[in-house]
Amino acid sequence: MPEQGFFELLFTGKWDDLARHLSGNIHMDMERYLSHLQRTLPQATIDTVYMVGFASLFAVMFGVVVGMVLYVTQPGGIYAAPRFNKVLGILINVGRSIPFVVLIILVFPLSRMIVGTSIGRTASIVPLTIAAIPFMSRVIEAALNELGRGIIEAAVAAGATPRQIILRVVLPESAPGLVSGFTLTIINLITFSAMAGVIGGGGLGHIAHSYGVARFRTDILVYVIIILILLVQIVQFTGQYISRKLDKR
Amino acid sequence: MLEIKNLSKSYKTKQGPLLALNDVSVKVNKGDIFGFIGLSGAGKTSLARCISVLEKADAGEILLNGVDITRLKGARLRQARRKMGLVFQHFNLLMNATVFDNVAFPLRIAGKSKAEIRARVTELLEVVGLTEKETVYPATLSGGQKQRVGIARALAAEPELVICDEATSALDPDTTRQILALLRKIAADTGVTFIVITHEMDVIKALCSHVAVMEGGEIIEQGKVIDVLTAPKTDTARRFFAKDYSSEGWYKAVQERKLGHHIFRALFIGESARRSFIHDVIRKFDIELSILSGSIESVSGTMVGSLILEITGDEPVLADAMEYFRINGVEIEPVDHT
Repeated sequence: MPEQGFFELLFTGKWDDLARHLSGNIHMDMERYLSHLQRTLPQATIDTVYMVGFASLFAVMFGVVVGMVLYVTQPGGIYAAPRFNKVLGILINVGRSIPFVVLIILVFPLSRMIVGTSIGRTASIVPLTIAAIPFMSRVIEAALNELGRGIIEAAVAAGATPRQIILRVVLPESAPGLVSGFTLTIINLITFSAMAGVIGGGGLGHIAHSYGVARFRTDILVYVIIILILLVQIVQFTGQYISRKLDKR
Repeated sequence: MLEIKNLSKSYKTKQGPLLALNDVSVKVNKGDIFGFIGLSGAGKTSLARCISVLEKADAGEILLNGVDITRLKGARLRQARRKMGLVFQHFNLLMNATVFDNVAFPLRIAGKSKAEIRARVTELLEVVGLTEKETVYPATLSGGQKQRVGIARALAAEPELVICDEATSALDPDTTRQILALLRKIAADTGVTFIVITHEMDVIKALCSHVAVMEGGEIIEQGKVIDVLTAPKTDTARRFFAKDYSSEGWYKAVQERKLGHHIFRALFIGESARRSFIHDVIRKFDIELSILSGSIESVSGTMVGSLILEITGDEPVLADAMEYFRINGVEIEPVDHT
């Protein structure tokens, strides 16, 4: 049986396991415990990468679409629709106002509908994606707005269709900014995933909580933090590198 | 080719509506290089934006080959736009695309074949002298080179009309001269019609065949450059064309002139610019003449000499001398009253 956290057990109503979990906190044999950890820490890292990876993928997909919609429907935009833009903007603000911890619990039913369960690494992808989309959309919108009006007008005046403007001008010209936005969102998701881990999401957050916090294992907490720092650094470095490669300005 | 009829455009501002174009009418014939000059706020950029349909006019018509482009929408508007090339003050190039791709842009959106694009872009880069820069990104180019890319792009889809909106205003004087020479060459070689928006008289003189002087959203004077230049009807036009009038030294000379001294401005146009009038006048008439300032320049290919003269003499002799100038085709007018 995989190690499950207090809240997981609490939420899923596995009371027997919960009792064992609590007593295990006191009586666990040290050697068994460490070998167990050696197996769980790498697995937890993989779980975190898995959650963040898929959540990022979906967030990028939806975020780029919503961000692009925000961009093109703004007043004076390629498909100007100020009222729609305003409503969408308000919806996004609402989404961004909900604290992530609350959001996870709110989307439990949705997670159960989509992946069949509300706990574990796969289930966490749902709240992570939903939390990232509004943020991502705003980041994308900002990146697109970095483009000067002039370059869009040059394309319009050359007789480009809105589709051609988006595909041949807006996206290629804002590519470096978009990649920076992706990087920002992915890093946000890494920290969010830790939070999800505490509430039954699995991954590094779960380990940090159930060992580091619930069992007072500061050393494990430190390991988890080091792994998280490494993950963030890798993402930031890679993102910056790609963004710079794409930027010819 | 292009006919603008009673065009009006106003912008909403916090201080109420601002009339940018007021009942503007102008006709541009095929092959003309038609300049629009005015101070900032005169409405010339609004006019350029209306012609390129980047902005919608409130009233009036813009007929391009007889078709009112203000009424076009969708695909037909895009087709009309492809007949016009725009050159911008700030170039507006794709910064993440190479020089080649920038020039190819209008061709790609028009769905031309790869071979056609390759041939046309190569040809254009040769025209603007950037063959070697084909694969570089605009960031590495100088302002003048960027504008050459802009010009090549504007010409790419073989437009019938090229609109240059302050195309040289962001460039230094040397580069401006080179770009103007390039535009002149293109106009001569291709016969394409140009609309040139500028606030610099030198651009009009060096490039244009026709000019419209704009002020407060209206065209206050228009005609061939040489005509408007030599016989401006409005003060604004005069200020633009005769720099001598506005220079401080000139003003001082008029203010501090001695009694009985008169100051004139003489314009020698075309052939007369090369003849030795001053010598003739001094020999023929009993007057004293000194030259306060003088210049000679080429205006749409015609030589125009301009002299500010201080003349002393008896009234009748003076009048005869003036008459002598006039019958020889020199435009001379007293500027004492200034």
